[in-house]
Amino acid sequence: MDTATFFMLNFNAHNLLNSISLPRFKFTSMLSVFLAAGFALPVLADEEVNVYSARKEALIKPMLDRFEEESGVTVNLITGSADALLRRLQVEGEYSPADIFITVDAGRLHRAKEAGVLQPFQTANIDKLVPAHLRDSDDYWYSLSQRSRTIFYAKDRVDVTQLSSYEALADEQWKGRICVRSSGNIYNQSLVSSMIEVNGEDATQGWVKGLMSNLARPPFGGDTDLLKAVATGVCDITIANTYYFGRMMKSDNATDKLVAEKVGVFWANQAASDRGVHMNVSGAGITAASVNKDSAIKLIEFLLSDEAQTWYADVNNEYPVVEGIAPPINLASFGDFRADTISLTKLGDNNLKAVKIMDMAGWK
Amino acid sequence: MMVNLAKKMTLLRPNWLMLISVAVALLLSLPVMVILTNVATGQANVWQHLIDTVLADYISSSLILMLGVGLGSLLLGVPTAWLTSVCRFPGHKWLAWALLLPLAVPAYIIAYTYTGLLDFAGPVQSLIRETTGLSYGEYWFFEVRSITGAIVMLSLVLYPYVYLMSRAAFLEQSANTLEVSRSLGYSHTKSFFKLALPLARPAIVAGVTLALMETLADYGTVKYFGVTSFTTGIMRTFNGFGDAAAASQLASVLLLFVTCLILMERYSRRRISYHASGIRKASNRKIELNKKQGIIAFCVCFLPVFLGFIVPAIQLLYWAAFSAESIDASFIKLAWNSLYLAALAAIIAVVLALILAYASRLNKRKAVQASVTVAGLGYALPGTIIAIGIIIPFAWLDHQIIAWVKETFEVRLGLVLSGTLFALLFAYTVRFMAVSLGSIQAGLGKITPSLDAAGRSLGYKPLDVLRKIHIPLMKSSVLTALLIVFVDVLKELPATLILRPFNFNTLAVRAFELASDERLADAAPASLMIVLVGLAPVILLSRSIGSGPAH
Repeated sequence: MDTATFFMLNFNAHNLLNSISLPRFKFTSMLSVFLAAGFALPVLADEEVNVYSARKEALIKPMLDRFEEESGVTVNLITGSADALLRRLQVEGEYSPADIFITVDAGRLHRAKEAGVLQPFQTANIDKLVPAHLRDSDDYWYSLSQRSRTIFYAKDRVDVTQLSSYEALADEQWKGRICVRSSGNIYNQSLVSSMIEVNGEDATQGWVKGLMSNLARPPFGGDTDLLKAVATGVCDITIANTYYFGRMMKSDNATDKLVAEKVGVFWANQAASDRGVHMNVSGAGITAASVNKDSAIKLIEFLLSDEAQTWYADVNNEYPVVEGIAPPINLASFGDFRADTISLTKLGDNNLKAVKIMDMAGWK
Repeated sequence: MMVNLAKKMTLLRPNWLMLISVAVALLLSLPVMVILTNVATGQANVWQHLIDTVLADYISSSLILMLGVGLGSLLLGVPTAWLTSVCRFPGHKWLAWALLLPLAVPAYIIAYTYTGLLDFAGPVQSLIRETTGLSYGEYWFFEVRSITGAIVMLSLVLYPYVYLMSRAAFLEQSANTLEVSRSLGYSHTKSFFKLALPLARPAIVAGVTLALMETLADYGTVKYFGVTSFTTGIMRTFNGFGDAAAASQLASVLLLFVTCLILMERYSRRRISYHASGIRKASNRKIELNKKQGIIAFCVCFLPVFLGFIVPAIQLLYWAAFSAESIDASFIKLAWNSLYLAALAAIIAVVLALILAYASRLNKRKAVQASVTVAGLGYALPGTIIAIGIIIPFAWLDHQIIAWVKETFEVRLGLVLSGTLFALLFAYTVRFMAVSLGSIQAGLGKITPSLDAAGRSLGYKPLDVLRKIHIPLMKSSVLTALLIVFVDVLKELPATLILRPFNFNTLAVRAFELASDERLADAAPASLMIVLVGLAPVILLSRSIGSGPAH
C-alpha cells in the first residue's frame, strides 16, 4: 500500500467517524438522502408484502413464488431463528417493515403476541378454514400446517404392545433404551409444556426425571440422528417429529433406507380416554406495524389454500390444517391417529415452566 | 524512556488520533455496552434458577473446551510452524501453505462432516459392525459427539491462527540468532526450546488467544455435539426463557472470561513488546533433516492438513454428489454476496485497526489503551448476541431519524439503518476487530521506536517515516489482517442471519439453513463453495508470509 492509499483510507474512516459525531440533524439528513436513494427499502412501494420467516427458505420460498405469480404481489423474505426475528420485530417497533411473522412452533407465535408485535385479524375465509384449537384464542395468529411428534421404536427389539404413552416412557422397563435430543429444542419444550397442562408440574417433573434415568446416552443431535440411532442399535426408542421420518423414507441414501426399514412409528396416547399425539404447528401472524395488511391477509389465505396445504403434505410430510386435504402419503401406511387438541396457546404459556423443569431434572 | 519516545513521535497528531481512536472504540463497543445495560433489567428468579441448576456446568464445560482447544491448537500449530520455517524436508514448501487450508473450513461444517463419518450410523462404524458382527455398544469407538469431539473439531480448524502467528515469528528470528545458539553448542532441540520458542512466545500467545476467543464464541459445533457451553447456555436462555436480560447476564460472565484472556495476552507481551531486531533477515540456511526425521516431519505437518481439510472436503464432495441441490446460477449470486461483504468488512476492519493500533503506539494514555482493549471484546461473543446489541441502538437511531424527517418534511420514512448492509458490516467489524487488531499490533510491535527515531534523525519528516519505514514493514501484517477477516466473514453465520436485508442470502446462510433442517447432504454444495471461495485468500495469505523479507 502506498502513502496515498493509506491516507485515502484514513481519510474515509475519518469522514465516517466525523459524520457520526456531528450534530444529529446533519448526519440524519445526509444519511437519509443517501440511503433513500441507494439502499431504498422495499417498504415504500405498494402491492408488496414483507415476510419474517422462521420457516427455512427451502420450505417457504416456493409457495411465496407461487403466490407472487398468482396475485402479482411482490413478496420480500428474510429467514432466521424465530427468537432473533421476534427480537428484531420488537426493537423495530411501529416502523418495522415486516407484515407477516411466520414460525414453526406455536410457542413463539404466542410469545410474539405477548410482546405486542402482532395484531388480530379475521376473514370469513380464514375463520372457516382453521379449526379453533389451531389458532390464537384472540385471532392474533393462525396455524398453517401441523407436525406430529410421536414415539419411534426399533421393530426388532421392541414389543409394540409394551408401548402406550409418552408418560409410560419413564417406566423402569425402558432403562438404558431411550434416546432424546437436547432440552434446548423447542419441540421437546412444547411436548413438556403440553404435559404440564395435562398432568401438572410435579408429575411432569417426575416424568422428566424418570425419562432421564432411562436414557441410553446423554441427549444429542437432531431428530434425524435420533432415528438413525434407533436404526443402528444405539437405543430402542426415541421421540421425533414424523416429517423427518417421512423424508428418510423417500431418500435414496443407504442409512436413511435402513431407518425406514428398521424403525416403526407408534402413535402415542391413543387410549380411548387419552389425549392423543402431541402436535405442534407452523403458523403466521400479521405484525402490528404492517402497512400492507391487505396483501398480508391475501398471502395467509394463499398459504391455507388447497394448493399450499397439499404442497406441505407432499413436500415436507406435514399434516394439513384445513380439513379435507389428504395427509402425507408417506405416512399413510402408519394409519390414522387421534391428535391432541390442546389449545396451542397453553403451550406458549407453559414454555418457561417447561424449560425450568427440564433444567432441574437434568435434561441437558 | 519508551513513553517519552512515543510521545515525541508526531507521526500523526496524537490528540486528534486519540480522539478518533476513542470514538472508534466506543462505537465498536456499543453492542457490548447495550448487552451489559440489559443485565440490570433481568428477572432475578431466572438468574437464580440458572445459578441453581446449569451455571456450574456452563462454566466447567467452557473451561474444559478452552483448555483442550488451547492445547490442541498449540500442539498442531507450533511444531508445524517451526518445522516448515526452519527445516528442510520433503514437501516442506507446499505443506507451508497447505497447513493454512483448514482456516477455510467453518467449524460447524467440519463438525457435520466428521459426525457423518464417525458416528454410529456413519460408514466407519457400519463397516466395523458388518465385518465383526458386533452390534453397537459391544465395541469401543471414539464418540464424536462429546466435549472431546468438540475440542478436536475446534482445534483442527483453529490451529491455523497459532500456526500463522508463530510461523511469522519463526521466520523473523534471524538466522544469526540460531547460528549463534548453535555455535554455543546448543542442539537443534535445545535451541528450539531455549531460544526460538521464548522469542516467538508473544506471537504464539496471540494466536492461542484468537483461537480461544473463537472457541468461546462458537455456537454451531457445541450445539450440534450437545456440549453445554456458555454460548449454548446463552442461546438457550434467550430462546427457551425468552429472557434477553438473563441471556445478557450470562453473556457478561462470558465477557469476564474474555477480558481475563486479553489481559493475560497483554501481560505475556508486556516485557517483550519491542523485541525484534527490525529488518528481517531471511534465512536460506535451513536445517536439513535426514530421511527418518524427514518422514516424521512430513507426517507431523501432513496430519493437520489431512484431518482439517482433506477429509472434510472429500466428505462434502461425496455428499454433494448425492445432493438434490445443484450448483446453479443462484450460487453465483450467493457467492458474490459473500465475497463482496467479506471484502468490504475486511477493509473496514483493517483501516479501523490501523487507527487504533497507531493511536495506542503513539499515546500511552490509559484512555487509549483501554479503548483498544474494549474494541476487541466482540470477538468472543456469539454473533447472535452481537446482532441483538446492534439492532437495539440502530432501531433507536432509526426512530429518531424517522420522527425528525416526519416533523421536517412530513414524509413517512421506513427504517434507514436497520436491515441494511451497513448494519451487517458494522456487526462484522465489531465481531472481527480483535483479529485484525491482533495482526496489525503484532506487526507494529516489530517496528521499534528507535527505528522511527533513526528515521527522524536522518531528517525524515513524520510522513516520510511512515512511507519509507512503516508501510514496507507493515505490508505483510496488513495483508494478513485483511485476509483473515475476509475468511472469517465468509464463514460468519448468526449475525448475518439476523441482520441481513430482505431477499439477501450468503453461502453460509444457505449451507446453515439446509444443515439445520437436518439435510446435511443438501447443505454440502454451499459448504463446498464456502471452502472454495475461502481458499484463494488463504493461499494468498500463505504466500505473503512465506515470501520471506518484505521486498
